[in-house]
Amino acid sequence: MLQSATHPHAKSPIGAAPDLPLAAYRFMLRARLLDDKFAALYRAGKIHGGVFLGRGQEALSAAIGVSIQETDVFAPLIRDAAGRLAFGETIVDAVRTYLGSALGPMRGRDGNVHRGRPQAGYLPMISHLGAMVSVVNGVLFARRMKGSSGMVGVACLGEGATSTGSFHEALNQAAVEKLPLVLVVANNQYAYSTPNDRQFACADLSAKAAGYGIEAHPVVGNDLSACLEVVGRAVGRARAGHGPQLIVASLLRLCGHGEHDDAGYIVPELKNSPLGRDCLKLAEKFLLAKHFTNTAQIAAWRGEAIREIEDAVAQVQREPTPDPFTEDWSALATEHLVEGYE
Amino acid sequence: MSSITYLEAIREAQAHALRDDPRVFIYGQDVGAFGGAFKATKNLAKEFPGRVLDSPISEDAMVGLAVGAAIEGMRPIIEMQFADFSTVGFNQIVNQASTLFWRTKVSCPITVRLPFGGTSGSGPFHSQCLEAIYAHYPGLVVLTPATVEDAYSMLLSAVAINDPVIFCEHKLLYYHLKAEKLPSEALPIGKARIAREGRDLTVVTYSAMVHEALVAATELATEGWEIEIVDLRSVKPLDTDTIVASVARTGRLLCVGEAWPWGGVTAEVIARVTSEGYGLLDAPPQRLNAKDTPVPYHPNLWAAHRPTAHSIAAAARNLLRQ
Repeated sequence: MLQSATHPHAKSPIGAAPDLPLAAYRFMLRARLLDDKFAALYRAGKIHGGVFLGRGQEALSAAIGVSIQETDVFAPLIRDAAGRLAFGETIVDAVRTYLGSALGPMRGRDGNVHRGRPQAGYLPMISHLGAMVSVVNGVLFARRMKGSSGMVGVACLGEGATSTGSFHEALNQAAVEKLPLVLVVANNQYAYSTPNDRQFACADLSAKAAGYGIEAHPVVGNDLSACLEVVGRAVGRARAGHGPQLIVASLLRLCGHGEHDDAGYIVPELKNSPLGRDCLKLAEKFLLAKHFTNTAQIAAWRGEAIREIEDAVAQVQREPTPDPFTEDWSALATEHLVEGYE
Repeated sequence: MSSITYLEAIREAQAHALRDDPRVFIYGQDVGAFGGAFKATKNLAKEFPGRVLDSPISEDAMVGLAVGAAIEGMRPIIEMQFADFSTVGFNQIVNQASTLFWRTKVSCPITVRLPFGGTSGSGPFHSQCLEAIYAHYPGLVVLTPATVEDAYSMLLSAVAINDPVIFCEHKLLYYHLKAEKLPSEALPIGKARIAREGRDLTVVTYSAMVHEALVAATELATEGWEIEIVDLRSVKPLDTDTIVASVARTGRLLCVGEAWPWGGVTAEVIARVTSEGYGLLDAPPQRLNAKDTPVPYHPNLWAAHRPTAHSIAAAARNLLRQ
């Protein structure tokens, strides 16, 4: 589903070829700018409900998006704007969902990060954490039954979701069925406000993989080239038939849980640690040091993205909002089984 | 003459669905080579290789997998070993499966089979009636067949419906209820059935309680009362027209359910009849449900916990005297 970027299968180390990191960086940049716009619209009172940003998690998310293909399955979570764009979501779809446009994929029936196009393998999350993993399993399971092979499914979670029963059931199920599932856990140190030491007691979440009989891939989540290398390897292993892969990325959320949250609970020691460094700035530094790009090019990309985002917002703000009088108030696909309560 | 049981009808419906539609598969605990805890999938794994599969003990992931497969165009049948255990998969049923179509326009044709209801000695965790909690959620169809013929035809319909269906099959009917042959035609889903005609009082009920009500009606007939029995077949959608038409004939309504008394199907029926057919009632409508405790283990307690032909007849007499 990559639109503007090519999709190289890097055989050489990531740092040696510019295409993939550059493509990933551009999605990171676009996601950051899109998030910034949503935050501004939220502060201006233009968005109903919450706004949830991926600030600090773009490197990991973009690495996922550029490592998979249009024919794969992707179940992103709330901090995956970059991965969504890389998987093919348009900025207009994202804006339409946040602003509740009747023309968006969710038609005002669901909002913000709850968006997707299931028939394109892009699954819209429900709020119950861990619940999407077995749904990804189901898509992979069905495709295998129909004779497809070579695809992977990626499900994204935070470390908080590793405490749920759904996580355990689905990971075990994928392992039993040897499904090509790549489960990405972004350990951003806090599940809303709850720190790691109140969430789990193991020294390293990737150690959980052994208990399920699957492969583990720890990675430093704010290092774009590390993410590209590790995610690429895990996706490759799953695609080659080696069963489920667990990626655990260490990073720090550089914002609140949502824009309503000032994140006062994040301790300074973490903010000042290597985990607290902004992945977008690190990626920029890396790309410039490698001479993969230059500051003028980055400025041009930034300007392009801002224009595209502003145009999308201006367009969507003129679009119709859902109309309760013409809304089809039925939750069933089978019309004759719908009950009238008028 | 050979006969077929309610359980065999369920097995036959699944065999039929597997044979007719390559999109159908069955996934559940012990459903494979073992043939299921109740043998509802006996020999199906052998007959349909790779399409009748054992799952881990993971009700949440079982339903989640079914939803993913449905997105991919399949028509999975999930067997919960007992309805009671479906609460572990409750989230996937009521938040994932039931919202998918409304949120995304992608339909979710999954069938979740719930072997439900009380049997002697089964106790608090193998006896529950959960139709009302599923019927409460938008986006689900909830079926409760009372006969061998309906068990067969309604399960075939459930698989064909483009929405998630909660198929409540009563364990007490599995072995005892028999028919001469499988039906070739059936009432559509959403239509109730008049199980017995009468002019004095309407009993609205479903599933195993239809048979208790029939026994009660036979007993009351010896006293000169003609009881009409409406078998709902489907609790969601609920066939209000057939119910109200029956009450119009009899003027008296008794709703009987094996489920717990707070809210639920019997309360819904009474709410609808009082709002749509108030003038048809000659006496206040009544309801009879299980007691408001977990389902007890000992047969003495269990028999007193649920409505029976005896308690239905007693409730009907009280209502007929009003």
